[in-house]
Amino acid sequence: MATPAGQRSWHASPAVWPVLGIVSLVLLNALFDKLLPGGPGLFGPGAFLRLSMRDGVPAGALVDILNYGGAIAILALGMTPVIATRGVDLSVGSVMALAGAVAASLVVADVPSIAALATALAVGAACGLCNGVLVSFGGVQPFVVTLVLMVAGRGVAQLVTGSQITTFHDPLLEFVGLGRPAWLPLPMPFILATAMLGATVLALRRTALGLFTEAVGSNPEAAALVGVRSRLLVAAAYVFCGLCAALAGLIAMANIKGADPFNAGRNAELAAIFAVVVGGTSLAGGRMCLLGAFAGAFLLQALTTTMYARNIGADVAPLPQALAILAVCIVGSPPVAAMLGRRRKRTP
Amino acid sequence: MRRCRPGRPLPAFLRATVIAGALSALALAVACSKQPGGDAPPANKRLVVGFSQIGAESGWRTANTKSIKDEAEKRGVDLRFSDAQGDQENQVRALRSFIQQQVDVIAVAPKTEEGWQEVLEEAQRAGIPVILTDRLVRVDDDSLYVTFIGSDFVEEGRRAGQWLADQTGGTAVIAELQGTPGAAPTIDRKKGFEEIVARHPGMTIVKSQSGNFERSKGKEVCEAFMRSPEGPQITALYAHNDDMALGAIQAIAAAGRRPGEDVLVVSIDGVRDAFQAMLDGTLNCTVECNPLLGPQLFDTIEAVRRGERVPKRILTTEGVYDRSQVTAETLASRQY
Repeated sequence: MATPAGQRSWHASPAVWPVLGIVSLVLLNALFDKLLPGGPGLFGPGAFLRLSMRDGVPAGALVDILNYGGAIAILALGMTPVIATRGVDLSVGSVMALAGAVAASLVVADVPSIAALATALAVGAACGLCNGVLVSFGGVQPFVVTLVLMVAGRGVAQLVTGSQITTFHDPLLEFVGLGRPAWLPLPMPFILATAMLGATVLALRRTALGLFTEAVGSNPEAAALVGVRSRLLVAAAYVFCGLCAALAGLIAMANIKGADPFNAGRNAELAAIFAVVVGGTSLAGGRMCLLGAFAGAFLLQALTTTMYARNIGADVAPLPQALAILAVCIVGSPPVAAMLGRRRKRTP
Repeated sequence: MRRCRPGRPLPAFLRATVIAGALSALALAVACSKQPGGDAPPANKRLVVGFSQIGAESGWRTANTKSIKDEAEKRGVDLRFSDAQGDQENQVRALRSFIQQQVDVIAVAPKTEEGWQEVLEEAQRAGIPVILTDRLVRVDDDSLYVTFIGSDFVEEGRRAGQWLADQTGGTAVIAELQGTPGAAPTIDRKKGFEEIVARHPGMTIVKSQSGNFERSKGKEVCEAFMRSPEGPQITALYAHNDDMALGAIQAIAAAGRRPGEDVLVVSIDGVRDAFQAMLDGTLNCTVECNPLLGPQLFDTIEAVRRGERVPKRILTTEGVYDRSQVTAETLASRQY
């Protein structure tokens, strides 16, 4: 990449492919609604594009995508710096379950909800710290370290809740997932995800932190030689990832007003890694795109919501999902991207 | 980085020796500790039962495990409990170790139907009777196990369907939340329910999707049901387990309809939260799928030990709970 980050034209950013994916999925749904005999039409009742107001809050398939994609997006934002340092965090799903279990158990035990939320986030960060220290200072393979926590974390979550779904009634905890603020009537998970995106981009792209992270990922020895404190940086990436996982766990918990230690965050690590990769971050490290990961998460959710809208059974749903992801990966791959770029240059 | 340098060969050598020594000591210790426990003849006449559980994947399963452990303790049975953590390989390994330990009876809750032929033959050769709980296995010769104690998932589906038919006079527009695709409870609960629906021309299933037995997925999928063109016509929701129904209830309420009134909700399992929802009036009916089969299991085991003939299929005792029957006392009496 010869052009510096600031001068990239829009089509050079890998985030463009998941965004195009989302747009084409929405258009596809609209097309089906319009053309299928007996379909609801573009904006009729039950149509994908239809937005209805319920208690002053917009509702519909598009809102659902923002709502359920939020937690995945936060996970993906946390996963991006980790993957950029050549690492991976498989434990995010279990940390989600653990954070939810901790918050719900504390609230049920009459702990003030704000303290419960803070404790859950701290637990997530502590999990990340364990991962980070073992990876960066212990020199253990990230895959192994985080796999251990992936298995153990869910067990601890079950221990915390006494192996049952802990339900609660608490306005603040529920607000994290179910809230629709009066000043911005959108799903709270989406607002939180957008805020996290803003904060992460500011922290990584408006300072040298992001550059250092990529440097560590692309060549750890060289980065260390020029004075980047790579171990600290790697550990910090895992702490951030743990924190994000805890936040996603709180959202998942709030959504059902209960902490489900068995199923909360199950396979979430795969969704997060998918989103990160689709968004143009290299699994080999050294290159990351936060906006891409963010968009990738909503692409995944758009796919899931499409499966429900089109009434595609869960047993066959993974196939179209996999095909769509593959398509985005191929279109965004360097050879194809180069080809598209060349064609664009030729046409005036 | 500390490396093994040519000038200092001793530390590396020493280290290797220490590690090798420690490992062999450990191996010896493990071998020794296994010996007396495994091969000792049953000096005391306590009944020894090996039980292989699938794992602890749900509240239902945990209640199942607890019931079996509690009952064993109550009866003074020496229970060798093995948790397979969701892996059938571990279950087969556990069964082999039970055979080696020469337990009196083996009980197993098999994860899947296939892959049991060989190890059950080994148990038969060793003369150890095997009892299946919760799920059935597929083997060439059903004399390989003594009996199967568990719920009839098809019957559960029928009961849910029958309740709905009775309640609505046989007219309902139904949305169905299925369990995990391919799982035995999903297939059977769907089949049983559809049998009843087929008998009533006024009952139609307009939507059917998997919610993976999860509360959150139940909610997400039901939101899609409610939003669909058929959504406003839906008058009943059938969920393959309580958790999905509890999620769906939130989605129905969020769509501006009253769960339990505008949309009747019926589900299966009978977990505590379902009874709470029935008290709240949002869930209409749950068909019990009883995990507390400890007492029945040990009754059967003792009968087998006495040499009595037991039926090949033992059904667990289960009820259908309508919300009109549920009081605070019923809720308090629920153990799971």
